[in-house]
Amino acid sequence: MYDDMVTARRYEERLQEEYLEGKQPSFDISAGPIPGELHLAAGHEASGAGVCAHLRDDDTVTAPHRPHHVAVAKGVDLKRMTAEIFGRETGLCRGKGGHMHLFDPDVNFACSGIIAEGCPPAVGAAMAAKKRNTDAVAVAFLGEGAIDQGGFFESLNLASVHDLPVVFVIEDNDWAISMPKERVTDVENGADRAGGFDLPGVRVDHDDAVAVHEAAGEAVGRARDGNGPTLLEVQVHRRMGHFMGDAEGYRPDADRERAEARDSVERIEADLADYGVDDDELAAIRERAESRVEEAIEWAKEQPEPDPGQAYEDVFTNPVGGAAATDPSAGAAGGDD
Amino acid sequence: MSRAMVEAVAAEMRADEEVFVMGEDVADYGGIFDSTEGLLEEFGHDRIMDVPISETGFIGAGVGAAQAGMRPIVELMFADFFGVAMDQIYNGMAKNTYMSGGAVSVPMVLTTAVGGTYNDAAQHSQTLYGTFAHLPGMKVVVPSTAYDAKGLMHTAVRDDDPVVYMFHKRLMGLGWMPAPPGPKTAVPEEEYTVPFGEADVKREGGDATVVTLGLHVHRALAAAEDLAEEGIDAEVIDLRTLVPLDEETVLESVGKTGRLVVVDEDYRSFGVTGELIALAAESNLDALDAVERVAMPDVPVPYARPLEEEVNPDSEAVAAAVRSVVE
Repeated sequence: MYDDMVTARRYEERLQEEYLEGKQPSFDISAGPIPGELHLAAGHEASGAGVCAHLRDDDTVTAPHRPHHVAVAKGVDLKRMTAEIFGRETGLCRGKGGHMHLFDPDVNFACSGIIAEGCPPAVGAAMAAKKRNTDAVAVAFLGEGAIDQGGFFESLNLASVHDLPVVFVIEDNDWAISMPKERVTDVENGADRAGGFDLPGVRVDHDDAVAVHEAAGEAVGRARDGNGPTLLEVQVHRRMGHFMGDAEGYRPDADRERAEARDSVERIEADLADYGVDDDELAAIRERAESRVEEAIEWAKEQPEPDPGQAYEDVFTNPVGGAAATDPSAGAAGGDD
Repeated sequence: MSRAMVEAVAAEMRADEEVFVMGEDVADYGGIFDSTEGLLEEFGHDRIMDVPISETGFIGAGVGAAQAGMRPIVELMFADFFGVAMDQIYNGMAKNTYMSGGAVSVPMVLTTAVGGTYNDAAQHSQTLYGTFAHLPGMKVVVPSTAYDAKGLMHTAVRDDDPVVYMFHKRLMGLGWMPAPPGPKTAVPEEEYTVPFGEADVKREGGDATVVTLGLHVHRALAAAEDLAEEGIDAEVIDLRTLVPLDEETVLESVGKTGRLVVVDEDYRSFGVTGELIALAAESNLDALDAVERVAMPDVPVPYARPLEEEVNPDSEAVAAAVRSVVE
């Protein structure tokens, strides 16, 4: 768990550095080596690591638009994920998806850029597991801002009524872009919403990866044993803006300081020390994580950008020939490689 | 362009207590694309309402408030997100006037950001003009300059029908997403309206008619400048609204030039390009010597820069199409 957490933290620190290259002093989203928007998860690591510690490669995870810490913990190929974020041909999605739309079928990981969009597909993956009589489970991660979305409620209901092996994990960082939680809901505890669907709702406070691990163990175990879904909410903290370039003018300083003071990585380090793990061992894990991250970033930057003609490929698995091939300049149109 | 939009919204809110704004991050943030920047300070949270991320709920609430006689301006942050709430948009907002036999009006403005060119991939870069214009019952507005943005917004708020107001992110004048110089037009301080259904001939020419909208007005004008150096005189028409569509201006121009190029950042098939060419063909096939369409090929918007540049039509693609029809 600690390994996943420090890998995710270091990974995002490095992504941030790369992303901001060429975008300073004045932020221009079109500049620099990493295209598009970038949403970082610093402060969310406990939930990804604590939950995914119980998952196998054949378990499905859907993550939201802030996906890196979950992807790292689920075992997504770090090099190919990085190449995707840099928009390279050898990326997970051949440069078509980018950081919000990562797919790694080898470990059954997907994420999306639309709020709560991953909930129904997680239910579907759980449905497939149940129909096939496997003991695989599905986990949908979503932010607390997403739990007012209809797709979330519909998914809870569907999972509950069919006793499906799915765990919904709310990462509550108190902010949906500029909207503080108290201005969009009168229910402080998101896990309470489980009650309306007759499934267990559990909340874990304050970035405690060990407590997350324990609660997730019960929830995943319950799903794997055929006892149905769980709604698990984890209090995390947003240590930076909603996206890179967000000046957070709407956010009180005290709130940002509170988030910085509650660091899940520092907390697990203290916990591990209490368990008798010595500093050298932690330092070794950190060093290993750093070199793994560095290797992934260096590898990704050496990868080629996709050839423009590849834009016309992958619209269909079975190309329709002609219909998608609307650009006559596209030599490869209509036929995937 | 964003400041011009906001000026019109503010003026309408001062004039009419029934006008209010509702959407995600519209208050304290001022809109992700500055579409409501500064309104909170003057009007407060009661009239500039931040809402939960629940588009079905708040867009549907906009429909209900409009049917109750208010004039809500509701922001769907990215046009790409329409799927979450499309039932409220096209089964309610768009149809209630018709289904009620005219007994119900829905005087609501749905604002939404469109367009790519900043590598945000397939769920945040679509233009979707055709989707909204295809479904009957909504007026569809696409400003390309600050002047039009303000005048069209005044018209939209005062209109008794639902209006979808689609603004291109690249035209808004955001610090983090620089705009081309074209949209930065002079904007009168006083109120004025730009009527719906009146296209703007942005550049006169006799050799070919280029019809377009949004960001691609500026790309077409750049192409026309290049073509002029080659001795090709292109007329550039900015549609400004898709519903209603100014058929007359387009047909008059095609009657003059005989050659039509339609340019659109939306997908090629079943969209604005096909519609305009069908219009010209149905009206006067004999007047039509050649047609070309320049649009996004039918692929989701890709992420990597060389891939997005490949599919998003640039001014060179427009110029090539014009050369092809005048040959």
